[in-house]
Amino acid sequence: MSIKVRYFASLKESVGRSEDDLTITGLLTVNEVWNLTNLGKPLPENILAAVNMEYVEFDNIVKDGDEVAFFPPVTGG
Amino acid sequence: MTIKISAEAFDPYQEIQAYQNAKTGNIGAIGATSIFIGTMRDFNEGAAVKGMTLEYYPGMTEKQLKKIITEAQQQWPIIDSLVIHRVGDILPNETIVLVAVWSSHRGDAFDASRYIMEALKSKAPFWKKEHLVTENERWLAHNTNGYKPR
Repeated sequence: MSIKVRYFASLKESVGRSEDDLTITGLLTVNEVWNLTNLGKPLPENILAAVNMEYVEFDNIVKDGDEVAFFPPVTGG
Repeated sequence: MTIKISAEAFDPYQEIQAYQNAKTGNIGAIGATSIFIGTMRDFNEGAAVKGMTLEYYPGMTEKQLKKIITEAQQQWPIIDSLVIHRVGDILPNETIVLVAVWSSHRGDAFDASRYIMEALKSKAPFWKKEHLVTENERWLAHNTNGYKPR
């Protein structure tokens, strides 16, 4: 199954890319998606996650076709 | 409810006037309009700032703003609301954000606009990168809680 992974703001700069396409078999958590795309590199402190543009916890299960995003705390307004 | 993400500078006062003028169906019902305008400063955390770049997550930003305004509508009787947020390159004195809420009574207008603004600051995916006068750049780490006394 195929998952799109996106990075924003300072995290995009530190990982050096804005997105990954991940092909996997079986169910994964958001945390496992990070580990697969970032080769076990520890997740920087305070990073938030979203699946299909809704905030989720890192143990949330990801399905085929989902868009997973990782980003730092928001600073708009 | 209207949400706009703007890559261009905008005049919040003109936007409010044009939006209210278009709401002819609500003439007589509106008794209170509460407006918040956030403007870019030329200083932050002890440094002189000459500009900033605002990044967002197209799709999620709009979705989260809609969710926040819907939450406000469930708590207060809002007649209408307008939220405009800048993205891209911004200069000091330009408007970053406008939150306007129309209601029949002031308490609802004040409370709903405050709720929308504070929720936007903590949940809407926007990120600011400041360009300092010293030529350094820095991402802001987090927003403060506006309900907490300074």
